[in-house]
Amino acid sequence: MMDRSAGPLLSVENLSVRLPPGADRSHALAGVSLSLAANEILCVVGESGSGKSVLANTVMRLLPPGVSPDAGRVLFQRRDLVAASEAEMRRLRGAAIGMIFQEPMTALNPLRRAGDQIAETFRIHTRLSAREIREKTLALLTEVRMPDPAAALRAYPHELSGGQRQRVMIAMALALEPALLIADEPTTALDVTTQGRILGLIRDIQKRRGMGVLFITHDFGVVAEIADRVAVMQAGHLVEVGPAEGVLNRPQAPYTQALIAAVPPLVPRAARAGTAAPAILTLDGVSKTYRKGGGLWPGRARVTHAVKNVSLSLPRGTTLGIVGESGSGKSTLARCIVRLLDPDTGTIRLGDTDLAALSRRAMRAEARRVQMVFQDPFASLNPRRRAGELVAQGPMLRGVPRAEALAKARALFTLVGLDPAAMDRLPHEFSGGQRQRIGLARALAVDPEVLVADEPVSALDVSVQAQVLALLDSLRDRLGLSMLFITHDLRVAGQICDRIAVMKDGAVVEAGPTAEVFTAPQAAYTRALLDAVPGRAWIPGRPHAPAA
Amino acid sequence: MAALRRYLRNPAALLGAVLLLLVIAVALAAPLLFPKDPLGLAGRPLQWPFVNPKVWLGTDASGRDIAAQVFHGARVSLLIGLVATVIAIAIGIAVGAVAGFYGGIVDDALMRVTEAFQTLPNFLLLLVLVAVFGSDIATVTVAIGLVSWPAPARLTRAEFLTLRNREFVQACRVLGMGDARIIAREILPNALPPVIVYASVVMAVAILLESALAFLNLSDPNVASWGNLIGAGRGVLRTQWYVSAIPGVAILVTVLAVSLVGQGLNDALNPRLRGPAPVKAAP
Amino acid sequence: MTILLLALRRLAASLPTLLVILAGLFLLLQLAPGDTVDALMAQMGGGDPATAEELRRYYGLDLPAAAQLARYLWRLVQLDLGQSAIYGKPVATVIAERLPVTLLLMGASLTLAFLGGTLLGILAARRIGHWPDTLISTLGLVFYATPSFWFGLMGIVLFAIRLGWLPAGGFEEVGAGYTGLIRILDIARHLVLPTLTLALVFLATYLRIMRASMLEVMSLDYVRTARAKGLGETGVIVRHALRNALLPMVTLVGLQAGTMLGGSVVVESVFALPGLGRLAYESVVQRDLNTLLGIVFVSALLVITVNFAVDLVYGRLDPRIAAGR
Repeated sequence: MMDRSAGPLLSVENLSVRLPPGADRSHALAGVSLSLAANEILCVVGESGSGKSVLANTVMRLLPPGVSPDAGRVLFQRRDLVAASEAEMRRLRGAAIGMIFQEPMTALNPLRRAGDQIAETFRIHTRLSAREIREKTLALLTEVRMPDPAAALRAYPHELSGGQRQRVMIAMALALEPALLIADEPTTALDVTTQGRILGLIRDIQKRRGMGVLFITHDFGVVAEIADRVAVMQAGHLVEVGPAEGVLNRPQAPYTQALIAAVPPLVPRAARAGTAAPAILTLDGVSKTYRKGGGLWPGRARVTHAVKNVSLSLPRGTTLGIVGESGSGKSTLARCIVRLLDPDTGTIRLGDTDLAALSRRAMRAEARRVQMVFQDPFASLNPRRRAGELVAQGPMLRGVPRAEALAKARALFTLVGLDPAAMDRLPHEFSGGQRQRIGLARALAVDPEVLVADEPVSALDVSVQAQVLALLDSLRDRLGLSMLFITHDLRVAGQICDRIAVMKDGAVVEAGPTAEVFTAPQAAYTRALLDAVPGRAWIPGRPHAPAA
Repeated sequence: MAALRRYLRNPAALLGAVLLLLVIAVALAAPLLFPKDPLGLAGRPLQWPFVNPKVWLGTDASGRDIAAQVFHGARVSLLIGLVATVIAIAIGIAVGAVAGFYGGIVDDALMRVTEAFQTLPNFLLLLVLVAVFGSDIATVTVAIGLVSWPAPARLTRAEFLTLRNREFVQACRVLGMGDARIIAREILPNALPPVIVYASVVMAVAILLESALAFLNLSDPNVASWGNLIGAGRGVLRTQWYVSAIPGVAILVTVLAVSLVGQGLNDALNPRLRGPAPVKAAP
Repeated sequence: MTILLLALRRLAASLPTLLVILAGLFLLLQLAPGDTVDALMAQMGGGDPATAEELRRYYGLDLPAAAQLARYLWRLVQLDLGQSAIYGKPVATVIAERLPVTLLLMGASLTLAFLGGTLLGILAARRIGHWPDTLISTLGLVFYATPSFWFGLMGIVLFAIRLGWLPAGGFEEVGAGYTGLIRILDIARHLVLPTLTLALVFLATYLRIMRASMLEVMSLDYVRTARAKGLGETGVIVRHALRNALLPMVTLVGLQAGTMLGGSVVVESVFALPGLGRLAYESVVQRDLNTLLGIVFVSALLVITVNFAVDLVYGRLDPRIAAGR
């Protein structure tokens, strides 16, 4: 199929892409050069703002208005895409170059059937009959291993799961057997087991069809799983490029070294002393069901058993990880413990108090003892309050005079590694990692006994994630905190948790010390979860481990 | 401050502000320039504008000074618009905040009432209220406020529905903060900007409602309202069309000014909606 | 089918509220100074108190308010709106005579406003920041700020009085005895100005919403997906953006049905159209409260019907509705 196998399929030469005035820097990409051979997967990896997505969209010429290349060339099969006419680009898009995106929910038109949206690619570029298109679409859905291809053909996007939607996107991108597939974070929005299957699918099809794949990701685990070669980007510059095995295990650039060092290895942490302490928090038979429906379209109430009969205990001074995929009920459980939700049954014993039995008013008085750190560093701080005030708010609610509360906030800022001089700033003036630190200081301000952390690092870049994890770990020891750590990421869990409970469909399927769960998982689901972690065989800093 | 700068850089918004200031100036100047009763006899009826410098906008069929009525009409329109808007927005925020924050049965009940109000054509409802309570200016103002609250209520509710589940609100609950404080101090300030912007729409509609009512002779006949004057001019439309035309322009300018200011505020408070979206790289 | 069921359920849910509202209005009207009999007596040029007393008994106005309300609601369920004192006919009959004119006016205006607003909105969104957008948006703002009755009057001055192209008012040439097609054309000629007058402010609203909606939809991910398939601009708009952008417009039709009815009161008065709106105006002026209440009831039914239709259309446009989202 590839008659031009002599030269590279795609070659980016000294490419610069200009940002509109007022952006945080003048260029999204500055002098980037790299090439992609037919039949290889090149992973472009970098943190947010590195310009990796801009690179993908430049190749496709789908940049937002105001953003445009101002130097360099993008040669695809020896044609310069930067200089190509819009009509020429339209002929290439979807036919010679396919693209898949990060959010499979929003990337599909919600009002049109999946089959119709795949078929559209044929209708744009070919003169096939409706019948032939239908057959080809069905064949594509079979190729991307859609569970029921005939039904998926007629399904609307909202009737499909996240993974199925991404399969539709892949089918759409592959419809006309493009020579180049651009995948922009295609598995970031998916659960880990689904992610594993989609990565496998992309790899298989790439091999079978001999495509070149430009794969954009922020996740070194994914890189280890799928890449032939790796390009590392930082702030619009290419930092390092080379074969995957070399870059992952013997990174040359200091930036790459730092990034890889921040990736938590999929190994349990060394056991700590004193983890056999008596329990401070004990859950017994906690259940929570949701009744959804009503509103403007009443009578469609659906009952979801979000948490089913969960019993767990948290020894004093330790971290208990609650691990599960989306919909496993882990966040609902966390919200029941801090009584943002009222559990239907069961007891939640903190010391001698059953939190589940308290009235709203009584819980308000006990609120101090269990605090929560939230996932989204952008949504978890009131955008209109100054950082110092946010932290001082808790003590002030309990009657501490303002000056005293602010003095405490000052001390906490230092404790969590923020400059107390920044207390007068508004949340939007802080970075994501700094906001998470503010959220942590706010929780600590009322001297809690138990800290519930709900995915506190999942919205952060890997280097910031490592810092926040280290901070949490040291604070627990210094302040004698007990911590409940909710996460979907087994790497993160292995880094910080003494014990782990695995949840699936609202129930705990397995619980035990981290090392035991990692090395000798009892439940089949735990094994599946561990197997699905991308790049599980790659241990950062241990070059002898083979790439998948 | 950034919002103010964005506002001042927007020519349409600036024009709106200038026009609005002009209307306000006219309203303030009315008693100084035309100290006599604007509804009193000023001269020979039906004089064309720009003929007699004493009554430079001419006189209507009863010999009343059109310029005096236009100037005094600005006071009436602005006052009715402002007070009715305050009433509508206050009710709307109260209903919307409670419905959106508590949800469930409270929400269902309040939204039923809101929907029912929206099912009744607001101008018809206004007619009923005027028929029952009479048509002096205070009654008309309150009535306009009473028929205008459902839209701001729905808007406030929508804002509260999204904000109440934000993590910063949950964080306040976890800290043990009470409902009233969360509603008033945490959510409301964040929900307010779109409601304030919408107030300009309510005010524009309120001014139009009053003028329509006055045009139909159902508003207070004892105040110089632009709508009254247009209605009075209907009888001589065939020949002296200027009697109706002039106050109509005054209404147009006022409503346009209010709308432009509202839109300018909207653009200044939601900068991302203007022009191309900022470039955001994937995480 | 699910969509029909859901829409029917919503329809059923809105009826009890309607009854409550009407009960409230009925009680409110008890506060009104003067009742139907006063209005009637005034029209007859006065009369002795004995006659008034007798009339009150005849209309059931001597009963306590609660009993009157019960009687009224019971009659309402049977779709009996009572007698109009002024017209001397059942209110239902009076309304039925006036309804077609209003329906015609509203239908024509709504169609014009929706189609015009959609087209202009798309045009403005496509050329955002350029002169077509500036022109359309400015015109939209001016239309929005223009009081409809004033626009109607100025239309009469220009097109009826100065140019003589269109009639100044009325529904048709009374006494001309037109039939068939000629009559239809005559009515259409009479409705041109009223339709434009009523439509203009709504056209302004629709075009603003359509412009904003198009701008938002065009920035969404699936539009980028469509472009990534190699679809051209026209294809992207027609096949992907349009239907999604129309959703808020359809919602708006339902929300504004009541406003439009209110607007027809004024427009029908300006153009002396014998419609429901003018009837409402007359019944306020003549204190025929029974008729006024009947009009409010019928208007609410009309708005509910429009919303029912809107639900059905929305359900057809958006498959997510049937899934209960």
